[in-house]
Amino acid sequence: MTNLLLEVTGIAKRYGAVTALRNASLSVRPGEIHALMGANGAGKSTLVKILTGAVRPDAGTILVRGEARDLRSPSAARRSGVVSVYQEPALIPDLDIEANLRLTATPVEAFRAALAELGVSGLSLRALPRAMPLAVVRVVDLARALAQEPDILLLDEITAALPADLTERVLEVVGRQRASGRSVIFISHRLLEIAAVCDRATILRDGETVGTVDMAPGAEDRIVNLMLGPSGATLPPGSGQPRSVAHAGQAAQLEARGIAAGTKLKDVSFSLQAGEVLGLVALEGQGQDELFGVLAGSIRPDAGEILVDGRAVRFGHPADAIRAGVVFVPADRAEALLGQRSVRENIALPRSARPARWGPIQVHAEKESVEGAIDRLQIDTRAQSEVRRLSGGNQQKVTIARWIAGGVRTLLLFDPTRGIDIRTKREIYQLVRDLAGAGAAILLFTSELGEIEAACDRVVVIFGGRVVDERLAAGADEPTLTRAAYGLPPGTPAPEEVAAEIAPGAGPAPVGSAG
Amino acid sequence: MTSAPGALQGGARDGRRAAAIRRIFRDRPLLPLLVLLGLLIGSLQVAQPGMLGPAWASSTIRFAVPLAILAASQTLTMLTGGIDLSVATVASMSAYIVFTQTPAQGPWVAVAIALVAALVVGLVNGVGVGVFRVHPLVMTIGMSLVVLGLITVYQRIMVASGSRIPPEVAWLGSGTSFGVIPNSLFLFIPLAAVLLFILRRTGFGRLLYAVGDNEAAARLSGVRVWQVLVALYVLSGLLAGIAGVVYGGLTNTATAALADGLLLPSVAAAVIGGTSIFGGRGGYEGSIVGAVILTVLTTLLTVLQMPEPVRVILFGAIILVVASAYSRITGET
Amino acid sequence: MSAAVPTNDGLGRPAGAGLEVLRGLRRDTWTLALWGLFLALLVVAKLVAPGYGATELTSLAIGSLPIAFAAVAQAIVVISGGIDLSIGAMMALTSVVAATQMKGASPEFSIVVVLGVLLLGLLVGAINGLLIVASRVPDIVVTLAMSYVWAGAALLVLNTPGGGAADWLQALISGSLVIDYLPRALVVLIVFAGLVWLPLRRSRLGLSLYAIGSSPLAAFRGGVDVQRTKVFAYALTGLFSAAGGLTLTASTGIGTPIPGPYTLLAVAAVVLGGVSLAGGRGGILGPIVAVFILSLVRTDLTFIGVDPNLSTVVQGVIMVGVVMIGAFVTLRRRTA
Repeated sequence: MTNLLLEVTGIAKRYGAVTALRNASLSVRPGEIHALMGANGAGKSTLVKILTGAVRPDAGTILVRGEARDLRSPSAARRSGVVSVYQEPALIPDLDIEANLRLTATPVEAFRAALAELGVSGLSLRALPRAMPLAVVRVVDLARALAQEPDILLLDEITAALPADLTERVLEVVGRQRASGRSVIFISHRLLEIAAVCDRATILRDGETVGTVDMAPGAEDRIVNLMLGPSGATLPPGSGQPRSVAHAGQAAQLEARGIAAGTKLKDVSFSLQAGEVLGLVALEGQGQDELFGVLAGSIRPDAGEILVDGRAVRFGHPADAIRAGVVFVPADRAEALLGQRSVRENIALPRSARPARWGPIQVHAEKESVEGAIDRLQIDTRAQSEVRRLSGGNQQKVTIARWIAGGVRTLLLFDPTRGIDIRTKREIYQLVRDLAGAGAAILLFTSELGEIEAACDRVVVIFGGRVVDERLAAGADEPTLTRAAYGLPPGTPAPEEVAAEIAPGAGPAPVGSAG
Repeated sequence: MTSAPGALQGGARDGRRAAAIRRIFRDRPLLPLLVLLGLLIGSLQVAQPGMLGPAWASSTIRFAVPLAILAASQTLTMLTGGIDLSVATVASMSAYIVFTQTPAQGPWVAVAIALVAALVVGLVNGVGVGVFRVHPLVMTIGMSLVVLGLITVYQRIMVASGSRIPPEVAWLGSGTSFGVIPNSLFLFIPLAAVLLFILRRTGFGRLLYAVGDNEAAARLSGVRVWQVLVALYVLSGLLAGIAGVVYGGLTNTATAALADGLLLPSVAAAVIGGTSIFGGRGGYEGSIVGAVILTVLTTLLTVLQMPEPVRVILFGAIILVVASAYSRITGET
Repeated sequence: MSAAVPTNDGLGRPAGAGLEVLRGLRRDTWTLALWGLFLALLVVAKLVAPGYGATELTSLAIGSLPIAFAAVAQAIVVISGGIDLSIGAMMALTSVVAATQMKGASPEFSIVVVLGVLLLGLLVGAINGLLIVASRVPDIVVTLAMSYVWAGAALLVLNTPGGGAADWLQALISGSLVIDYLPRALVVLIVFAGLVWLPLRRSRLGLSLYAIGSSPLAAFRGGVDVQRTKVFAYALTGLFSAAGGLTLTASTGIGTPIPGPYTLLAVAAVVLGGVSLAGGRGGILGPIVAVFILSLVRTDLTFIGVDPNLSTVVQGVIMVGVVMIGAFVTLRRRTA
């Protein structure tokens, strides 16, 4: 007899010759918020797929309320009381919300109640998910899961795409599940969230459960150590010494003046010197996506100008930006990689972009430059015949290597460490510093405010499509940046209600209230 | 540690073997295809002993070459995630133009006119797909309707002037040198070599794979995708035109529907050859073998005296079986 | 923290709602434009040939009926994210089966034949679907291969055009109903398609069709049995192909074993009718209107005195042109 709600033991799963899970276990008590953690490639996502019925394990047992269950499919998992909210929302983009609810036999009233609890009101049931901002879709997906009143709710990186105010709401609602005796399996890379909301955490490493930690002060360090393992724990932390950059005299390598685009990006100006890392901080949907799109040549600005080395330029296509030495690494690796092609072809891709380079490939020159980049980034190329077989961190390195191979001048990095394990994260920040040291100019947007100090020289904060703050990175700690990101003057406390009201959601509506 | 370590190890061994087989199919797809071709030829020998020989080989090649050239159009477009369903009509058009223009213009000018016309159709396809972003299926079906209509009208105009097959084209399509070597090989071998080189060792070839694999990524890397697509469909149209000339020379006829029967086989040859219809994976060498396999298969079914319907059914079944074996072995689990 | 996000300032109001309206408008504009085009073509016909009336309308409906069923068949499978290149072959097969079984049969037996042929269509379509699901080969390749199989089967059943059709079946689609301007063929089309499609459309199964076309992964995660739904979609396509085959037999009085150009025409009509080839979007009414448009163009051109062969050109140009204009408008909107 057991009083555990969910007991998972000895789970193993192999894909061909690759072992994803060797011996994973997890036990969840009733009314518990349980974190599931692990570096990329630790087997976390495989375990999630098994728990949700998307993948069947090769070995191991799953007990729900002490009874063995065979989770054959997502619907079988749901019948056993396990409902999940995935990283990519499970709403059908072309069916309106009502039809989506009908499709999954979700009671509409319970859904409305859950939505209200999450602080979203006035959402039309006729709205199509395809036309809604990602953050709203995720919240709707969560509300749908809550409305089904599952015994075990599995949340996979639920807060990843949410603005801060919604994150708080979601965490609150998650915490409230305890009272009703329901449990939540909470997967996140954000240690602070986990410390705030979870009761215990189970840590996976290399396909094995290496420990379960009670969340108490100081538990974060233990979790990090367990995740990194004996080798990773000895890596030096990211260096945070202040750096000085010569500003006077030379024209900025990249300068933006009054850039506006779409409904979100109103008026952003900044200048970026050679050898400098400029951090960019913003809540979700403040125009940073559009800003990077404009700088990378994917979006045409409605107003403003871009200057490279002091000369005004116009980008009608990413090719124009690349010619001017401005290259872009998107957050979504799926957007940047040729999954079925080799590491080499992926890195060499920009070399043949122009019609003048459509002719025969200079094999030796290409090999040299590609291998140089691979060495530089320490890309694990064991699975190099198809990039999609690489781990997330290695894939991200390939997207960066593509530009390093050609000798980088100005690099636009959009949240390069999103969803990446700590070790790779450190390597990427180190690389950013090294590149800047070698004279590159780097614009770095990151959603991890704590890392601005370590990686950047200066930081610009955008709110409501405008620059609201600019300061040296040294001393720009998380609380300071958070306040600025909410559009509050430094030093003023940020009352939560105020924050909730003015903090723009992912939707464009609040832009008006901010301006 | 685990409940059944033995079973796991055994499973791992199986997994490794399966992975090895997968690797062969993925990296050396030609091997199993050649084995299949060998089996078919073997069956042919069993079915009708003594049939195999230089004459048989020569005729097989002559029939396989136009199909293989059309399959090139299909392979290149499929690599980008597209398809070109106008190739058969374009091939027919090209043959028809050659036949009807020869009396007035002479064979060389006639062929030139035909190829330019094919190129223009390809250009329109390319602009539609690349610039206006029309789905390749829709664009090329639409263009084949347009071309078909134009040929029929043209046919009516030209009905008085008569048509004849230029001896040069007949030589190319159906002639042989030294008794057995099909003359079409003199055209096909260099053509195939150029195509293989393009796909493997040129920037343009890389971009075909890149666009088919992930268009957004190609764009972010500075590729102007429309340029690639326009060039691709022009090339595809040109290849279809060449195939039409060869096929006209082979069959010694020219009608508006001459090459219609080659449309689905051209797709089938590329699919059998291992080119993914979703783009990003495949190559021309497989399509060549695929074209030969389909030709040998047709002969085999004829030799076995299968009635026409059964032949058609088996043809379809075999395409399905090969494609399915292929996807099962290379596919992700 | 208790303050709910106010309605007018929250996540509900924003682009979601605005875009939704826009999208709805756009979908309606497309259908409206199709109807407008159809009426315009009718007016042209009437202007150029003042004698154009009920008789011509009836023959237009009869002539378009097989293509219309093919278009509905294609629409369903395209909505669910697939494509069926064997529709023409399935129509040929069902048409010859119907023709051979009905030749000289009693009216009562021919009713059984009709039902049997519809069932055969379901079965044949389900086989396509099962093969796609089991082989994991792309839809387009499987149905391409199966188009040979079904065409061969049609030849096995009947080697040359022949057979017959029950009188009542021929009468069912010829002439008009109640008023002169309501062709029976149109009524048959609407009743049959309506009976099958309308109850389905808002049911869970019907939603599943859209779901697997829109996002197979999300559908799977939402608990939809993707494979079963796919097989169902292809079975439905088979059913409508069989209906198309039956109308072929009914309108010609015989069965023809060689597949007509219906597959590709159906693709054209589906695209023209506003069904996205990417899946998940569209309906069956648009494609039906599109079929009538394509037929009317041919009629109009003949009236104007254009070489009938050029009408093929015009059909192709319309198909490509409309899609191009659609793409162009979308592009403009995106950059605007």
